[in-house]
Amino acid sequence: MSWHVHLPALMIAVPLLGAFVAPVASMLGKAARNFWLVGVSALTAILSVLLWQQVLASGTAIYVMGGEAFNLSLPSGMSLPIRIILEVDAFSAFMALVGSIAALAGAIFSTNYMEKFSGLDKFTALYFLLTTGMLGMVLTGDLFNFFVFLEIASVASFGLVAFWRDRPEAIEASFKYMVVSTIGAMMVLIAIAFLYGRYNAVNMAAVANVLRLGYAEKVALVFLIVALAMKCGTVPMHMWTPDAYTEAPAGVTCLLIAVSQASLYGLFRVCFSIYGASLGSAVVPWTIIVMGVLSMFIGVSMAVVQKEIKRLMAYHSVSQIGYMLLGLGVGLLALSDPQAMADYGFTAMKGGIYHLINYTVCKGLLFLTAGALYYAAGSRNLNDLGGLARNMPYTTFMFVIAAAAIAGLPPFNGFVSKLLIYESTFAVYPILSIMALVTSVLTLASFVKVFQTAFLGPAKARLSHVKEVPAGMLLGMSVLTIVIIGLTLFPTWSLSNLVEPAAKALVDQAGYISAVVGGGL
Amino acid sequence: MTGNLPYLVVGIIFLLGLYAVLFEKNLIKIAIGITLIEASANLLLIVLGYRAGGSIPVFTLAGKVEKMVLPVPQALTLTAIVIGLATSALMLSLIMMLYKHYGTLDVREIRRLRG
Repeated sequence: MSWHVHLPALMIAVPLLGAFVAPVASMLGKAARNFWLVGVSALTAILSVLLWQQVLASGTAIYVMGGEAFNLSLPSGMSLPIRIILEVDAFSAFMALVGSIAALAGAIFSTNYMEKFSGLDKFTALYFLLTTGMLGMVLTGDLFNFFVFLEIASVASFGLVAFWRDRPEAIEASFKYMVVSTIGAMMVLIAIAFLYGRYNAVNMAAVANVLRLGYAEKVALVFLIVALAMKCGTVPMHMWTPDAYTEAPAGVTCLLIAVSQASLYGLFRVCFSIYGASLGSAVVPWTIIVMGVLSMFIGVSMAVVQKEIKRLMAYHSVSQIGYMLLGLGVGLLALSDPQAMADYGFTAMKGGIYHLINYTVCKGLLFLTAGALYYAAGSRNLNDLGGLARNMPYTTFMFVIAAAAIAGLPPFNGFVSKLLIYESTFAVYPILSIMALVTSVLTLASFVKVFQTAFLGPAKARLSHVKEVPAGMLLGMSVLTIVIIGLTLFPTWSLSNLVEPAAKALVDQAGYISAVVGGGL
Repeated sequence: MTGNLPYLVVGIIFLLGLYAVLFEKNLIKIAIGITLIEASANLLLIVLGYRAGGSIPVFTLAGKVEKMVLPVPQALTLTAIVIGLATSALMLSLIMMLYKHYGTLDVREIRRLRG
């Protein structure tokens, strides 16, 4: 038995160990702490690549925590699926890969960005706890375990959003986020209780295996969709997003993006793998599509008018979540109809999933460049900035790459994913793809505004002392830049190796179930 | 009817908590609302795990029994209580710091972030 079978558990164990050893490592000095922060994040990223390769090569990986089989058989012959399992299919592995890349970039960036502040041992510990929560959410195959990791990620992110606790705004943002997120998590718990009450199981595959849509299941579905949409910042539950993203330190915002994607993952895991074809009517897919379109449009129109750079980007990330909801919602709409699935549904899902990785890396990079601007120029207000392209050439270069990619300019990767979404949603209702196009134009407008005011224009005398940011921050940003350029240069490779297996795994509900309960309960 | 009474109580506690979070103006009352919602979720789990005449799932202590309850809901509830404790503690400390910064607990006056 090779050690590869333990990869799913190691993905969670390594950052968790990182979190609890972080205070000890900090006692050895600044260099040891930074080494630990970057080293453990890099190790997690390497493990996620290995896990992804393994899942692509040998199919869904099941890992039972502290046992051999996922169920417990009693001498009387009764069998209960009570063990905690991790179930990693291609979609989970893809999410873990994306998340750990964002975590690595944020960690490298934070070594320099945070060096002026005290309390960094706690920062490091919370950063790893947030990573653990995010990875646990995407790797688990157990509903209650999902709730536990959701809460680990939430509690860690409350602490990190309020990290600059001498700023009243940071505490206020953290409190707002906490109220929304705790209510969301409790709704998830109540939904899990409903499902448990019906089926005596919290194992996702075991529940999906026997699920018949009844009254209790509908209530549970409403609770889950509302709570997880709240957690990933969809309109009309988006009000915490701009505050939390703005007030968190930039490296953390990069990771918070990945954490909001983990909630999105939960939403789609519930819709596709647990409820799947038994959803029956088109109400749920259309709810998701409408939420997506509203998020796209409201998010971007709020973004265009913002003056503060991180707030602009945060509103803009609300609108990008909308693209993924739109793509995957159209996929869900076509789920029960093989012809529609082949015609446009699968394309929409590929677009949605491809946009997910594009969004995470581009938006992560944009927040890091905003952090770099704040670090170098001391302001996040667009009215105070100007002409910084001369002082900060590398940051400018990376900002341009990220902004062009997320706005969907050809030949960047964002263009590919948006094109897939446009052409597939056009087949459902042309108005959907028109909305998506308008949003894309407004996105470009908002980034032209940032680029023009912050980087171009005459040099301001007050900003003449501004220098390029230190090497650690540039390195953190370049990790994400390299990923963007890689995805841009090899769109066919990334579509067929990264995106398609993930989309197939999400559609294949029977495969998800039989990977666990294939041999019967 | 009496069999469904616990679920009715769960519903009432949940709605009370939601009302407090949505309509109260005092931060402490909002925090109380959130703990009420937590309590209703925990109560729901416990009620689901109850079986009339069932015995504790500890083999050495239960003696000779006909029915033994599945311990999963109890385990879930214990975990949920611990998580609830952590969030409540953090929430109260955040409220404390908000009071230090703003000098008030009224949500209508703590509004530096908007738009």
